[in-house]
Parts: sequence; C-alpha cells; structure tokens
Amino acid sequence: MIRLTFFLFLIGLLAAPNAKAAGSSYPLKDAEVDLGDEASLFRGAQTFMQSCSTCHSAKMMRFGRIGEDLGLTDEQLAMLMPSETSKPGDTIQTRMPEDYANKTFGIVPPDLTLVARVRGGDWLYTYLTTFYEDPDALWGVNNAVFPGVGMPHVMAAQQGLLQPVYETRGEGEDARQVLVDLESPERPGTMSEEEFEQEMRDLTAFMVYMAEPAALLRAHYGPYVLAFLFLFTLIMYLLKKEYWRDIKH
Amino acid sequence: MIKSLGKWVDDRLPVSHFWNAHLAKYYVPHNFNFWYYFGSLLLVVFVLQIVTGIWLTMSYKPSAENAFASVEYIMRDVEWGWLLRYLHSTGASFFFIAVYLHIFRGMMYGSYKKPRELIWIFGVLILLVLMAEAFMGYLLPWGQMSYWGAQVIISLFTSIPVIGPDLAQWIRGDFVVSDATLNRFFALHVIALPLVLLFLIGGHIMALHEVGSNNPDGVDIKEKKDEHGKPVDGIPFHPYYTVKDLFGLGVFMFIFAVVLFYWPDGGGLFLEHPNFTPADPLKTPEHIAPVWYFAPHYAILRAVPDKFLGVVAMTVAILILFVLPWLDRNRTRSIRYRSTAFKVNLFAFAAAFIGLGYLGTQPPTPLGTLSAQLLSAVYFGFFIALFFISRRERTKPVPERLQ
Amino acid sequence: MADSPSNPARRRFLTGAATAVGAVGVGFAAVPFLSSFQPSAKAQAAGAPVDVNVGKLAPGQMTTVAWRGKPVYVVHRTERMLETLPEVTDKLRDPDSAVESQQPAFATNLYRAREENQQFLVIVGLCTHLGCAPTYRPEVAPEDLGEDWKGGFFCPCHGSKFDLSGRVYKGVPAPTNLEVPQYTYVSEQVIRVGGTEEEAA
Repeated sequence: MIRLTFFLFLIGLLAAPNAKAAGSSYPLKDAEVDLGDEASLFRGAQTFMQSCSTCHSAKMMRFGRIGEDLGLTDEQLAMLMPSETSKPGDTIQTRMPEDYANKTFGIVPPDLTLVARVRGGDWLYTYLTTFYEDPDALWGVNNAVFPGVGMPHVMAAQQGLLQPVYETRGEGEDARQVLVDLESPERPGTMSEEEFEQEMRDLTAFMVYMAEPAALLRAHYGPYVLAFLFLFTLIMYLLKKEYWRDIKH
Repeated sequence: MIKSLGKWVDDRLPVSHFWNAHLAKYYVPHNFNFWYYFGSLLLVVFVLQIVTGIWLTMSYKPSAENAFASVEYIMRDVEWGWLLRYLHSTGASFFFIAVYLHIFRGMMYGSYKKPRELIWIFGVLILLVLMAEAFMGYLLPWGQMSYWGAQVIISLFTSIPVIGPDLAQWIRGDFVVSDATLNRFFALHVIALPLVLLFLIGGHIMALHEVGSNNPDGVDIKEKKDEHGKPVDGIPFHPYYTVKDLFGLGVFMFIFAVVLFYWPDGGGLFLEHPNFTPADPLKTPEHIAPVWYFAPHYAILRAVPDKFLGVVAMTVAILILFVLPWLDRNRTRSIRYRSTAFKVNLFAFAAAFIGLGYLGTQPPTPLGTLSAQLLSAVYFGFFIALFFISRRERTKPVPERLQ
Repeated sequence: MADSPSNPARRRFLTGAATAVGAVGVGFAAVPFLSSFQPSAKAQAAGAPVDVNVGKLAPGQMTTVAWRGKPVYVVHRTERMLETLPEVTDKLRDPDSAVESQQPAFATNLYRAREENQQFLVIVGLCTHLGCAPTYRPEVAPEDLGEDWKGGFFCPCHGSKFDLSGRVYKGVPAPTNLEVPQYTYVSEQVIRVGGTEEEAA
C-alpha cells in the first residue's frame, strides 16, 4: 500500500505539466500533427519553401533528408529546392541577405529548424492562424499568442485580416483590454477558412518533422525494440523461476 | 585446451578467486524484494552512460561557437546519432530515478547502520559527484537552459562570504559563463568525474562485499551459519541473483525504451524545451527551471529568503545524509520492525522530497514559496525527528532468521 | 539450496534460450554504435559530385579539383600527347587497364577516358602505392626522369611513374594504374566528377 502511494506520487510528479513560456492566455488550438501523413508533410514543405524561407533559414535541414524521409521523387525534391544548382546535401538557407533584414526588421529573422521543439506544434499552429488587425502594431497586425510580434502577416492575402474582439477585465486602475476572440475578416482572403487552416496544419506538421526528423525513426524502430525487450524479459522471468525452484525456505 | 589456458591465466591472475568471492560464492540473503534491483541497475546505467558518452564525444565539439550545432549534427547527420544522444540524455534521468530509489531503499531498511556506515558514505559521495557530473554535462548542449542554468548555479558560489565572487570567476574562467567554462566542463564531464565515480563505485561495492548485503528484514545472515560455514539464509549471488537481476534489467530496459522511443524529452522534464534555442548571453529565458533531478534542492534554495542562507540550506540538505548513520540511534534496521513514528517520519520525508521536486520545476508564486518552505521544514525535520524518535523507540522484536 | 535441479533439461533449454536472445540483443545493440562511424550526412554532402569547367583549360594544361577531399586531376591532353600513349605500352604493368577497380567500364581503353572526349583525362591524384599526390610532368625527356620519359605523372614520395593516361610503369612501387573516378559530361564543357552511372544516362 505504502509502495503504491509512493509510485502514485512519482507518476504525479512526472505527469505534472512543465511550465511553458507565459505571455498570453489565449487558448491553443490542436494542430493534429500526423507525422505519418507524407502528403501533408510535403505540402507543408512546399509552403515553407515558398513563404517562410524568403526570410527565415532552417540551416540544419538538408533537402536530401526531406526527400528520403517523405519518399519524394527527384521531381518532387526539385520542386522544393530553390534553384537548379541546389544539391540534395544543401541545407535550407534564406534568400534574404542579413543587412537587408537588419535594415527592414531591425533583426535577422530567427532560424526555424528547431522552433517546433521550443514552442510545440499546437502553439505554432495557433500562432500561424491568429494574426489579427491592430493599427497600433508595427506591421498593422498583432498575434493572439505572441503579443507584440515583430513579424508581418505573410499570409494576409490568403487568410484576410481577422478582427479582434476585446473584453474589459478588472476594474478601476486594473482595468485592461483582453483579447477574447477573433472574428472573420471584413474582406475575405483568397483562401476559404478551411483551406487556410489545412495549409497551416500541413506547414505545422512539416515544422514539427523538421525539428526532429529522428521522430520518424523512433516511430519506426520503437515497436521492434519493445517486442524484443518483452521477449528478453519473458525468457529471463522463466529462467529466474526455474533457478529459484532450488531455494526452499 | 581451453581449460589448460584457463588454468594458465588463473595461476597468474586471480580470475576464479574474483569470480567466487564476488559472484559464485558470495552469499546474499534470499529475501531481496523489488527495492533491491536498483544497485545492479545503476551499474548497468553507469556503463551505458560511459559507452554512449564516448560515442558522443566522437562528434561533439566543445566550443561556444560549435557546441549547439554539433549536438544537432549528432541528432540529424550522424548515422544513429539520435539514438546515441537520446540514450545518454534519457540515461541521465534514469540514473537519478534509480539513484533516488536506491537511497530510499537504504533509508527504509537501515542499510546505513553499523557495520555499513562506510558503504553509505561512499554512496553519498557518489551522489555528490554524480550531481556535479550531471550539472556539467547539462552545459554541453549549449542551449538557453544549459547556459542560464549554469549561470545561476555558478552564481550560488558568489554568496560565500569574502572569497565568493572570486571563486565563481575562477570556476567560470571568465566574467560570465563562456567558451572557457564550456571547455573545462567538457574535460571534467568526460574524463575527470567519470574516473572519480569509477573509484567511488569500486569502493562502494568493495565495502559492501566485505560486510555483506543487508535485506528487507534487516537481519544479519552471517549470525547463523551451517556446518560448512555458509550462512543458512544466504544463497550464492550467482546464479540466483544474476538471473533475477537480468529479469529486473529487462523490465527496466523496457520502460527505458518506451521513454526513449516515444517520449524522449519526458514532456520537457528530461530535455527542456527552451534548450533547443542556442545559448544567448544577452537574453534570459522567461522561466528557468533546473532539470527535474535538481528540482528538490532548487526548491529548498528558493524557499529561503536570504541568498547565502539559501545556498547553505541547499548544501546542508545533501551533506546531512553523511551523518544519517549517527543521527539514527536505534539499532533495529528494517522499517518492518520499527515504530509508527519512524514510518510516518520517513514517508513524510519522501513526500516532501517529491513535493519539493514538483515546486522546483514551477515558476515561483507566493503559494509555491510558502509550500516549499513548509516542505523544506519537513525535509530537515525528518533528520531532527529521527534523532529523537530513535532514542527510545518502541520497536517490534526482530526475528533471528529471515522471514 | 543449490542441489541438482529437478528438471535439468528445462533449465538447460532456458539457459540456452536466454544466452541466444542475449547475444542477439547485444548484436543489435552494437549496430548503432558501429554504424555511427560511417560518413555522416554532412560528410556525404561535402562529398557530393563536383563540376569542373574545362572550357578554358588549354591543351597540355592540368587543373586540380577537390572531390570528397581528394585531389582530382583533369588534363587536357594534346594530340601529340595522345600519340605517345601506344609507344610506351610495353613498359607498362597494366597497359590495357585490366584491373577493373581502377576505372569505370567506359574508361577501359587506351585513353582511359570517355571515347567521345578522349583528350580529357580525369584521374584521382593519389598514388596507388601509399597515397601521395603525384606531380604532373608533361615535358619530354627531362634531365631527372631520363630520355625515355614521354610525359606523365611522377610520384615524389617513392618514385612511382605513370604515363599520360595514368597507367603505371613496370619496376616502380605502385601496383596499379591511377584511379579514374566516375564522371559525366553535364554539357560540352562541364565535367561532373562523382555521381552514378544512372545520373549520366
């Protein structure tokens, strides 16, 4: 009994949610990442190359690895690579020169290889889909989970500009405007809401994959290793039983 | 042929003597339970960390400029590098899980008591060196948590009166944590401390095999011997405990593999999320939490409002274990025959340790700090209470032989 | 206590099974450790095919490029140089390039080059003796190499000699001809060193 209590404690400790970066209380949406869906990952890779890599690098990701992992044909791989002289061994570099970035954004946009491991897929997906109009912000847009974001809304044409809904919380001096919801844009974008969400889901899935390509290998080898260890443990159990027949007390 | 070669070697090297003394004719109590698996498991995990560590050094680059990228290089470009790295990082967490359970076993069954005080002291030394080893290893990936974690822990030394600031600077080899710090931590992590650990583990086992193992009944099996001089309640370690420990190893490795293949970051406890951002000396992460195995000590540190006293409390929390054999004045070893007061005291201690561990990973809040203060009191209270409880404790009669 | 087991056959069987499964486990566990010694994706990317533009390489000249970290010599041989090749045949150890490992199938000819561009020699510039880089000595009958020298490669380490197709002379330490790497013509003037025969097709 005491032993059981102790283990419950231990499990409780491990299951305790680790504190994540605070900053916003906006609820995260479920990105429904499925790393087994190669078509989704490939679409996400294309979106990344078209829209993200203009400003961001992903210096640790090689094109050849994407091709191998997603089972791409040479033609599909060529669609991802920025130019005809690109080689499969190349990594994803940004097309934007650093001084230009410094002049325009005041900062070099961060490398995105590992961002999904820092933020998590759900955060990324929510971030990508919750830019909203905010005339006071630097680029005229703000973000529900990244207040004061320094990035313009790259997909504004596709999504349109979401409209914020504020609510007043607290009273007197503590009163402050809190973002509670986002409404459909006044002028719709070129994509329907479903299309846009699907595209962002695919992009998120690709970025989760990119942050840890080994996740595919883990999923592949895991069952074999566990099956083997189960067999090993079973035989050791029988062997132990057999030897311990000798001990009579 | 093989037999004569064996004899030739044996005449020159005490192989069979060693085999008999430590395995085939080393007599151990027959009643080891679940808690007794962790000693041999720890030995396996130690070897695993050494081997995977050697392999990681083949691709890791200990410089501020290249360290972060070289870890990702291992995770992506080196064949099977991801497995080697996860084995090592998950191995570190499992090392501590096993160590803490192993220590708790010793406390439950009174394994620190006469004549095993020296085994216990070796054990506490191993814990101390292991903590240093883990702390230095955690700097090597050179992520944000690596960097700021090291910055915070090294800054603890500045609280020492007079020499503090100079000492911290001497440890870092620079005015902040830097390339020099990383390089020396690498040297200590891969060579110096593993060697120290190896010697301490050797001493721990030699001292154990000199006096023999304790057991859940806390009965000395050497008291009752048969006509051949063998303990009647003892069985040879080999083959009985070799096969039993192999079974335990199988279960342990199964759980280990589940974490490694399906949950390698342990939900942010084994590999902290902010550590996937390269170290930036100009920007502290919003919330710095130590890895889980340091969290209880970190919570004690934060619970004390004074900087110097906080460091003292944290240090004492570990060092007090050294004197445990003399704080406990009762001669009954096992919890099975001790008083309810002792049992309550011990489980309150374990619960406080776990509670502190939880609080240590959370951002500080007024309620959290208050709880941490309360639990720290329980943690230290255990030792004080034990000193008084054990003086005139009403214990149950200890049987003469194993039950 | 440890008396004779009640069922020795069962015990033997289980011990055997445990040993076998354990051995298999150790075997599988060794794979990641041994495989990690293979060239990494980074090394393979660095060892990717290399393009050489030979448009500006004058007849008689040689250029060196690095491929997988090795020097690769590209020589634009003159008509006169090509004419010397049959003349030295009887002094060579392997004049017909019979050792298959030393060139791809397309280069098993007198010129040890692609038939359609036989003037361009592409060889790995590492002596087959102990891996020094031979020097290109195109001049005929220089003082140090003697009157019979028709041009070729001379290894400064141990004095191995090769002709202008990289074929080894008799009586020198090097055992085989210099290696011709896999290469293709991407265009009239661009040679791609490395890659595979499929890519060439």
